[in-house]
Amino acid sequence: MATIEELNKTRVELREKLEQETRKVQELKGTAKREPIAKMSAEVVDSNPYSRLMALKRMGIVEDYEKIRSFSIAVVGVGGVGSVTAEMLTRCGIGKLLLFDYDKVELANMNRLFYQPHQAGLSKVEAAERTLREINPDVEFEVYNYNITTVDNFQHFMDRIRLGGKEKDKPVDLVLSCVDNFEARMAINTACNELGQSWFESGVSENAVSGHIQFIVPGDTSCFACAPPLVVATHTDERTLKKEGVCAASLPTTMAVVAGFLVQNVLKYLLKFGQVSYYLGYNALQDYFPTMRMKPNPQCDDTHCRKQQQLFQEREAAKPKVEVEKVEELAAVHEDNEWSIEIVSETTAEEAQAAQGDVPSLTHGVTVAYTKPVQQEADSSELVSNTELSLEDLMKQMQSL
Amino acid sequence: MVDEATKSTLAKIPLLKTKAGPRDGDLWIPRLKEEYQALIQYVQNNKESDNDWFRLESNKEGTRWFGKCWYIHELLKYEFDVEFDIPVTYPTTSPEIALPELDGKTAKMYRGGKICLTDHFKPLWARNVPRFGIAHAMALGLGPWLAVEIPDLIQRGVVTHKGSDQAKS
Repeated sequence: MATIEELNKTRVELREKLEQETRKVQELKGTAKREPIAKMSAEVVDSNPYSRLMALKRMGIVEDYEKIRSFSIAVVGVGGVGSVTAEMLTRCGIGKLLLFDYDKVELANMNRLFYQPHQAGLSKVEAAERTLREINPDVEFEVYNYNITTVDNFQHFMDRIRLGGKEKDKPVDLVLSCVDNFEARMAINTACNELGQSWFESGVSENAVSGHIQFIVPGDTSCFACAPPLVVATHTDERTLKKEGVCAASLPTTMAVVAGFLVQNVLKYLLKFGQVSYYLGYNALQDYFPTMRMKPNPQCDDTHCRKQQQLFQEREAAKPKVEVEKVEELAAVHEDNEWSIEIVSETTAEEAQAAQGDVPSLTHGVTVAYTKPVQQEADSSELVSNTELSLEDLMKQMQSL
Repeated sequence: MVDEATKSTLAKIPLLKTKAGPRDGDLWIPRLKEEYQALIQYVQNNKESDNDWFRLESNKEGTRWFGKCWYIHELLKYEFDVEFDIPVTYPTTSPEIALPELDGKTAKMYRGGKICLTDHFKPLWARNVPRFGIAHAMALGLGPWLAVEIPDLIQRGVVTHKGSDQAKS
């Protein structure tokens, strides 16, 4: 015969087991959801998802953390960098996220973070929204499964940046470019220059061993079209880089590092702490992190960039002046040069300039992907001739070939 | 960088004059006419040199292009559908040419069957804005891609000949 104590012990054990099983069932059914929280609390209890974030205030890092809920951010591209970026912002309790991507989840994405094999086949934005809502139901979402670079979608994309703020019909606070191609970056650049919208560009190289983030404030800093694309020099010989049979490599590590840099600077900008980096490079092979700030190119190809530069100059001129002490840099003079050695270039400065075009001044470890020579007037015989034919005539002629 | 044959092909394609994209309103029409003129000239050049290899046409607005391209390998003709959109940032950025039916069959492709171009293509395009158009993208991008990838795809058995009913056009 069991004693009463023994029976009681069994009863407690059984109850615990029952609770565990109930939790498992709830998890499977998806009913073990965290409920929305109306107001962020700083109370340090294990059921408060915001306690460690609100502790940033007590530590004197951030003055007003709750403000994070008033911000809206557009993340363009939710692949290796964008999905992790969106997750970080979700966990930080951002007010609203707008996600743009036209791609589907594939098993080939599983070397990166965030997506799971069972999501293969779902659109990335749909899969991301589901996971992120589970993590934090306080975040508001808008997701768009389309390609922003086509004429049909671009206007809608611009409208969502202009009107997608946390407050109705206000612009978003930031656009984050987490795309993997030049065309999409240029499309974001075009939209943000037209709207005067501040944005962050981010990227990981195709060989997965370097990356960068860049903060672009139209008119104030260099836009994405002001110079040829920048590359972080990893001192690997490009000619020995094997590209046979592959387009791109990727590592979860490099992508997570870049996403971390990106969101860190977004938080610093929004919550006003520390210094925001205007350009931060990451050379993974040497663990080298160049930083710099670039002025816009007065001859930028993008007319809206030039317009924003003018507006910025006008705003600056209207501000009260602050005296800045100038430090003069002296040219290096060698004390003795008994053989009168001089460095003489084989090409003149003008020739070199014409061959390269305008190259921005960059920090050590960052170069341009290529240079653009000063545009020469093409020989008129090489140009397409003027035609009397209408567009319809030409279309017909093409079809009849 | 670019081989001699491609260079001489390229030299015979007229260069374009108008820097305008599909969002530039009225300016897009003259650009579109120039695109068609250059393409017609290029196809005629190809026919003359017995190297006819593609046909393209566009929607009314000239924003979406589609057609066929073909490649002759060991006397057999392999034909593929080609398609691409003109991006809003055109001609600063080149069109992304796609062969959807080959999607997933070669690593030299991005999603949706967009062909993976060499490291030289983008700098070359950037240096020639707005002179290069769709004809140049075909000559510098798709042409060399087919020449490298199709024989390999045939050899690996991923692409097979669809029968001998496809007469040379």
